[in-house]
Amino acid sequence: MRKILSSDTVRLLIPALSLTILLIAVFYLQPRAMSYIGLNLLFNLAVPIALATIAQMLIMTVNDLDLSMGTFVSFVACVAATFLQATPALGTLILAAAVATYAALGVLIHVRNLPSIVVTLGMSFVWGGLAVLILPAPGGQAPEWVRALMISKPPFAPMAIIASIIIALVSHFLIMRSSFGVILRGVGGNARSVERAGWSIIGARAATYALAAVFAILAGISLVGLTTSADANIALRYTLLSIAGVILGGGEFTGGRVSPIGAVIGALTLTLAGSFLSFLRISPDWQIGAQGAILIVVLGLRLLLNRLERREKRA
Amino acid sequence: MTDEPQRHAVIEVADARVSFGAVKALDGVSVKIMPGECVGLVGHNGAGKSTIVNVINGGLTPHSGTISLSGTAAVRYGIGTARANGVRCVFQELSLCPNLTVIENTRIMHQTLTGWGWRRRAAAIIGAKLDEIFPGHGIDVASPVSHLSIAERQMVEIATAFSHVAQPVRLVILDEPTSSLDASLATQLLAYVRSFVAAGGSVILISHILGEILTTSDRIIVMKDGRVVAERPATEFDEHSLVAAMGSVVKGRDIAKTIKPTHGLQPLLTAAERRGKGLSFQAFSGEIIGLAGLGGHGQTDMLVDLYLSHTSNWMNGRAPRVTFVAGDRALNGVFPLWSILKNLSIAHLSGLSRRGGLLDDTGEAALGQSWKDRIEIRTPDVDNPILSLSGGNQQKVLFARALATPAPAVLMDDPMRGVDIGTKQEVYAILRDEAHKGRTFVWYSTEMDEVCLCDRVYVFNNGAIVAELKGEDVTEKNILAASFMGAAA
Repeated sequence: MRKILSSDTVRLLIPALSLTILLIAVFYLQPRAMSYIGLNLLFNLAVPIALATIAQMLIMTVNDLDLSMGTFVSFVACVAATFLQATPALGTLILAAAVATYAALGVLIHVRNLPSIVVTLGMSFVWGGLAVLILPAPGGQAPEWVRALMISKPPFAPMAIIASIIIALVSHFLIMRSSFGVILRGVGGNARSVERAGWSIIGARAATYALAAVFAILAGISLVGLTTSADANIALRYTLLSIAGVILGGGEFTGGRVSPIGAVIGALTLTLAGSFLSFLRISPDWQIGAQGAILIVVLGLRLLLNRLERREKRA
Repeated sequence: MTDEPQRHAVIEVADARVSFGAVKALDGVSVKIMPGECVGLVGHNGAGKSTIVNVINGGLTPHSGTISLSGTAAVRYGIGTARANGVRCVFQELSLCPNLTVIENTRIMHQTLTGWGWRRRAAAIIGAKLDEIFPGHGIDVASPVSHLSIAERQMVEIATAFSHVAQPVRLVILDEPTSSLDASLATQLLAYVRSFVAAGGSVILISHILGEILTTSDRIIVMKDGRVVAERPATEFDEHSLVAAMGSVVKGRDIAKTIKPTHGLQPLLTAAERRGKGLSFQAFSGEIIGLAGLGGHGQTDMLVDLYLSHTSNWMNGRAPRVTFVAGDRALNGVFPLWSILKNLSIAHLSGLSRRGGLLDDTGEAALGQSWKDRIEIRTPDVDNPILSLSGGNQQKVLFARALATPAPAVLMDDPMRGVDIGTKQEVYAILRDEAHKGRTFVWYSTEMDEVCLCDRVYVFNNGAIVAELKGEDVTEKNILAASFMGAAA
């Protein structure tokens, strides 16, 4: 029996479908959104969210969870709006130290066999505190080049769309196609067999965490590029948004089953859901609840599809 | 590989000793594997087969003893060294990453598959090897492992181990490779093993199917209790002499067992034939029934099924019909953060609660004290944390947990793993005592001595009950014969 769709395709189907349906609904409610400017406005805040989602997805690939994603992105945004703008060398050094810290966290979590959620929850206070120390009050200024990049107007498609596609392709290549990504996903799938094959699990974890930090740093910098200034609490909701984005995009909490393209689509869907609810004139008081309802519907659909797939396999 | 002028052993392990706590897993084992031979390794549960395999593949460093490769002693022998010298292992429990494709799993096993086009190269390597070992296998190498059947996964794992990427494959350890393959696939594999050996490679074959061992190996090593007890060319063995070599010298039996007449009695627990083959299961009041056979041949599944079919998911009444003593203490036995008393009383909470759902504290304390005295849990106070006890005493608490319930039947999933001999004797006495009072015990054990204590024994092989032994027939010899020679796969 030859299957028409591979499981990876099925995994991507639901997020792609839900994004399309939401997009059609938005266009129906607000036809003016169907333009270069409109699309850019709808999606430009999705770029940092998509990057943070990829970072979270990397952590989830090795069966961990990062609860400090929001505060870390806020911290990076503060660094980007101050040090990176005023003294680029020092700013780069601070960010490099942050990447090294993430790698060390990965090693610590593995060596001491600690639950990642506890370690990262603790770290979220550290990052939050550092962000407040750097920028006690909202302020700072985005580096010129970041600002220029984020408001650039490439031909054919708005920056937000092109950036999302690039993020999706680069992370897909890195995690799904490269031989390095196989090891990362192998650690999530069956760490013991990866170890028996002679790989260093510590090294793989450290690399995963460092790579996640790199994506989170890109998220923080691009966020500052959009908002022009930073605030210590600027990205707190990213923690949950990024987890929701991964799950929405077909990823799973354990087992190394992730999909970078899906994660980016998930981030876009979450961003669009907010706009969609505004267009529906739902009061902001109800928006979070309505966003939750959208999540539940999409995840319910996925469960249904998984069950169908399993039944087909048994048949 | 051609024969070198001086023929060195591929690997030689000399006088290896490994102990886990009080248990001596390897007690001075020396094994020498020459190029171009297939060595069969047999022994019952706990004989030390898996431990010596782990020593050879570098996963476990022996506490004493030397390992030499091609005649030179290895200084720091680990997984890396083993792989670099062409030692590969196919494990009994499947060890592929289910979320990755066959190609990607090949990449995990072979570090040198990197750079552009690694997917194409990996697909070619694994595809060719699968075709070579299992012609007509029908496995799509681009599909994720989770979509493959158990037999297909086993085939992939075997093919990965035999595939030559950077270093030549010199020694492949096959641990029960045919357990999930059907007869024709097993024949293909064994034929491949012979051709691999003929080309100068070496294989260590572990199997419970003695026929395979006898026909495929050049030399057979028999292990028992962490020692090599026999090592001879395969031609000098037959099935009976192998089984005899695995058993111990005959020992005196302390208790003469009486076969209780069971005709006309209503069985307490019953179960139909497993997977529609073999014998059915019956347990009568006051019996101690052993489930024997090699580990992982369906005994635990049987216990779990018995438990689930006699309890309910939702409402368990005040009088449960069965209770369970878990084998893996850390996994599903103790509550590590709780006190000894709470660990003991958890199964009997419904009996200890008063109307209104509140717990009867004095009743609970009295229960704890009475069991502490009765089975001699060595602690000054039952309110101490459970982890303050030694493993054997923790296991006693788990026994008390089960015995404190009014359930007439107790199911035990190899509960004596890693328990010292003194504690074992105490628990055996308690079991006998309780059985006299009419309780029924269903006892899966991987240790021969324990199985021989039972009134009646069901021997498992490949998920089915293949033999029922009663009273005086419950002997090591009969059990070994049934578990190795029963239903050949």
